[in-house]
Amino acid sequence: MRDFSYFRAASTEEASRAMLDAGAMLLAGGTTLLDLAKCGVSEPDTLVDITHLAGLGDIAVDANGATIGALAKMGEVADHPGVKAAFPAVAQSLSLAASAQLRNMATIGGNLLQRTRCSYFREPGVFPACNKRNPGSGCSAIGGVTRNHAVLGTSRACIAVNPGDLAVALVAFDAYVEMGRRRVAIEDLYMLPGETPDWETVLKNGEIITGIGIPASVAAKNSTYLKVRDRQSYEFAAASAAVGIEFEADGKTVRDIRVALGGVATKPWRARAVEQSLIGTVLDVEAVEKASRLSMEGAVSHGGNSYKIELAPRVVARAILTMGGLA
Amino acid sequence: MTIMETRKHGDAADGMVGGRFSRLDGKLKTTGGATYALEQPVKNLVHAVLVQSTIAAGRVVAVDAAKAKAAPGVLSVFTPEDDLGLLVASDWFGNRPDNQPFHPLPREVSFNGQAIAAVVAETLEQATEAAKLVKVSYEETQSVTGLDDPDAGEGRLVDMLSVGWGDAEAAYAAADIKIEAEYRTPREYHVPIEPHGLTVKWEGDFLTVWEPSQWTHGMARTYAEWFDIPYENVRIVSPFIGGGFGSKAMGYTYSAVAAAAARKLGRPVKLAVTRPQTFTAYGGRAATRQTIRIGATKDGVLQAIVHRGASETSVFADFPEQTGAATPLLYAVPNLSTQHRLVPVNTVTPGALRAPGKNPSAFGLESAIEELSYAIGMDPLELRLRNYADHDYQSGKPWSTRQLREALTVGAEVFGWSRRSHEPRSMRDGRQLVGWGIGCGTFPVLKAASEALIRILGDGSVEVVSGAIDMGQGTYTILAQTAAEVLGVPAEQVDVKLGDSSLPGATVAGGSMLAGAITGAVHKAATAARDELIGLALNDSNSPFRDTGANTLVIADGRISVPRGEGPSLTLAELMSAIGRDRIETQRNTLPEGANGPEDHKRSWTTMANVQGPTAGDLSMHSWCAHFVEVKVDEDFGTVRVSRVVSAFDCGRIYNPKLAESQWRGGIIMGIGQALLEEGLIDERFGRVINNNMGDYLVPTNADIPHIQVISVGIPDNDASVLGGKGVGEVGIVGVAPAIANAVFHATGKRVRDLPITLEKLI
Ligand SMILES: Cc1cc2nc3c(=O)[nH]c(=O)nc-3n(C[C@H](O)[C@H](O)[C@H](O)COP(=O)(O)OP(=O)(O)OC[C@H]3O[C@@H](n4cnc5c(N)ncnc54)[C@H](O)[C@@H]3O)c2cc1C
Ligand code: SF4
Repeated sequence: MRDFSYFRAASTEEASRAMLDAGAMLLAGGTTLLDLAKCGVSEPDTLVDITHLAGLGDIAVDANGATIGALAKMGEVADHPGVKAAFPAVAQSLSLAASAQLRNMATIGGNLLQRTRCSYFREPGVFPACNKRNPGSGCSAIGGVTRNHAVLGTSRACIAVNPGDLAVALVAFDAYVEMGRRRVAIEDLYMLPGETPDWETVLKNGEIITGIGIPASVAAKNSTYLKVRDRQSYEFAAASAAVGIEFEADGKTVRDIRVALGGVATKPWRARAVEQSLIGTVLDVEAVEKASRLSMEGAVSHGGNSYKIELAPRVVARAILTMGGLA
Repeated sequence: MTIMETRKHGDAADGMVGGRFSRLDGKLKTTGGATYALEQPVKNLVHAVLVQSTIAAGRVVAVDAAKAKAAPGVLSVFTPEDDLGLLVASDWFGNRPDNQPFHPLPREVSFNGQAIAAVVAETLEQATEAAKLVKVSYEETQSVTGLDDPDAGEGRLVDMLSVGWGDAEAAYAAADIKIEAEYRTPREYHVPIEPHGLTVKWEGDFLTVWEPSQWTHGMARTYAEWFDIPYENVRIVSPFIGGGFGSKAMGYTYSAVAAAAARKLGRPVKLAVTRPQTFTAYGGRAATRQTIRIGATKDGVLQAIVHRGASETSVFADFPEQTGAATPLLYAVPNLSTQHRLVPVNTVTPGALRAPGKNPSAFGLESAIEELSYAIGMDPLELRLRNYADHDYQSGKPWSTRQLREALTVGAEVFGWSRRSHEPRSMRDGRQLVGWGIGCGTFPVLKAASEALIRILGDGSVEVVSGAIDMGQGTYTILAQTAAEVLGVPAEQVDVKLGDSSLPGATVAGGSMLAGAITGAVHKAATAARDELIGLALNDSNSPFRDTGANTLVIADGRISVPRGEGPSLTLAELMSAIGRDRIETQRNTLPEGANGPEDHKRSWTTMANVQGPTAGDLSMHSWCAHFVEVKVDEDFGTVRVSRVVSAFDCGRIYNPKLAESQWRGGIIMGIGQALLEEGLIDERFGRVINNNMGDYLVPTNADIPHIQVISVGIPDNDASVLGGKGVGEVGIVGVAPAIANAVFHATGKRVRDLPITLEKLI
């Protein structure tokens, strides 16, 4: 690890200013940043510590929705009664993520900006080719061990999964991030890799996430997050689904449905085709299974990850059927 | 020699042998009071960081260390250019080529991740950063990356491992029912919670090494030979070990690098192998494949087993992961043939990982037996009992003790096996398919001599001193219990000193042989100390017992008295004071008379040349177990959860049920990892393990572990060891993976023959 300097910001503005220096990086919980610094992926010259900023850790839930400060801890949000009641999928996506120790340390802002777990990305001394780390150098993963790589949203340049769970739930319920006064829908926060996988979000230089907002909805209140993986806990998703459903007054017909997928795509993946095909219908097992397969439209296998194309629609279907009382 | 009464399992919480006495080192470890090798406070310390190769095969053409050397704090960079002046050391059996130079940082690269340079700097951070600046250029050659590489070939037959009797091929051909299948296990790793590394310090020609060690004496010999100094000049210190599982029983190349660097620089050196580096700094379990053919009659009587196995090894050394190790032992079969091949590939030389050989071997055989049970339509428990081996067919010798039938029947009873329906996919719980499976295991009794020193001190306390080690299995505790029982003092009054090669000699903590060996030595030394104390008490002119006319005395509950209680009764301290002694010291070993000279000692404590196998005498001696496992498999996702385990063990007499049960559970948990999660993922383009960290190499978490019920069905086996125990540590994992694979088949109707059973194999 190289030497770096440490700067404790007294205000968001001060932090933003400090971030304009090349080599400056924001430090929140540090669970991604320090990890990547040890791997030699992140080489900060200055760490700008924002964990002492006041007012960025609040969690508030009312009839309109939730607002959560960027410094709220994953564990706090997962356990927050208001979040659990109005946004079960959001709370579950957090409690099923990482480990208790990490959840007690990691922040919501940092969580949204966690980096991929692509093994090739994480070992720069061994795999110099990685377009995400080093634009134009190539992609070591393609042709290698791709069990945990994406099948959706990939490009010739990069097939790395966006591994976070929270963002999947947020994408399903039209949440947004706030950078001071600028507000961006979570779905638009993340960029597809295309030819520039090093460019992961639309955040501008020096911009700091101050919080997130999740509008209240019936679908969000009646929601679940289903995460499937080999190990029961402390593993990223092989495939996951955030699903919320609002039924018509008859209690059967779907008025609104939200479906998003994790563990399979280069960004948190909203499956609008699945939603569209089920809106206005009465759920039944066959129709749900058929609709769920639409989530894999455009999916591309890279060998070891082909099972995801089979698995993910089953996860989506189970989550929908669970919320529809059919599983 | 007195053999203590065997206590019934688990009926005593006291410190006597057989009692559920809690680990003496437990509190130190849980409170951070135990100092590990990399925490030794050594003054003037510098830090070494390894640079590992990034190609699988070829030559180091040049190492450009200029930038690294110029980096802040850097003292030296060692590369293949440097002759460190070392000699090749003996193998485990004490064989050693004469004066052959040893280059721990070689020019020839034989695997990806091989240490080829080391940077030494004032701080760990400086050394780490400078290590990144070392630029290595290679001349790459074609590599063979694993068993499946087309260039790997079928390997070289290891004649020593061929076992056979009868005419297996003919009997198989003639059998009514035949099954044939290939089973595979991947590279698996020890991943102990304490990573590897060492702190070394020279004082003139004397070397002290703080290094986690499963064998202080064996490793001291290695260092002495590397540096061509007398054995007595080396001291390996290893009081605590954060898990070894077979990986901490020898000095590795990085150990040599650290010690050589310390000598060259004239300063103590600490070298901490990083977690990713541990995946190639020493070997895990070799990948294996084996084909098993079983022939049987229609009513399930085995006629023939034909077994052909192979394991990978490195291109420069042989380590056979013997796939036929359990095959000849578990069942009665009139015709058998097993063979094992070694396939050299570009990997670090594999090593011993919990139950080497037996473990993959049992995966094959115990899967195949259940495949046969479905081919015949017979309950797999019944099939196993029908073919119960009443003696060892391989050696022709009777078993010393074999309570495997009891393990199977008691295990089945407790598990509720009779409620099973035989058809695959016939049991479910909502969307979860439920399956039950059995896997049997075995591990040989290995015997070795050891030595121990007992001190009775003036204050009546007792010291047990040995160079044996405790890596969590409980040596401290059972030795306190052993001495306490012989000397009639509470175990709390016994202080055990271990883990230092300058202390009395002990065999390796491996192959489940240490407990049997070292309790024997402690028992002998303690008995001698007791006899000496009683002798003094009866004869010393100042002893109050002198005139009692007694011809012996009893020691119990910390007091020494005349039998039947008429006469004086003193605490040990009072007696010691009366006879004016501040200590009684006895050192004993368990080597036979006539082979007990200094050379015999060195050979016994520092090599495995004198270790006796399970059939060295007139009997065949092994530990046995039967695992009963329930799994739930999600019918859509293919995720497997182990929901219940009942395992019954025959490990002879149990010295401390609490510790033995914990070892068994640990083995079972590792077996669950092996069955469902663990696999080194090799990128075949580079021959490199890419999941070389604990985020990606998955071992079970608490959430993956159900209630595990373990049962002891053993009886004392006094042929196996002085106190009647057989090995406990290794056998627990053997048979777990096949039990799970069998349960998965029962649940789903899908037979997974290559571990681990990850979800994509079931969807
Ligand atoms: C072993 C392991 C397992 C894990 N498993 C899971 C899992 O199953 N599911 C899951 O979702 N996650 C998982 N994680 C990821 C974990 O959730 C993230 O590491 C964590 O949420 C990051 O938060 P942090 O506060 O520690 O971020 P930091 O490490 O402090 O920051 C992460 C990044 O975000 C930037 N940043 C932080 N805060 C802000 C801000 N307010 N504005 C702008 N930029 C900011 C930092 O500069 C840095 O680049 C796992 C992590 C580990 C190490
Ligand atoms: S998949 Fe993306 S992150 Fe991984 S090696 Fe390729 S470019 Fe780098």
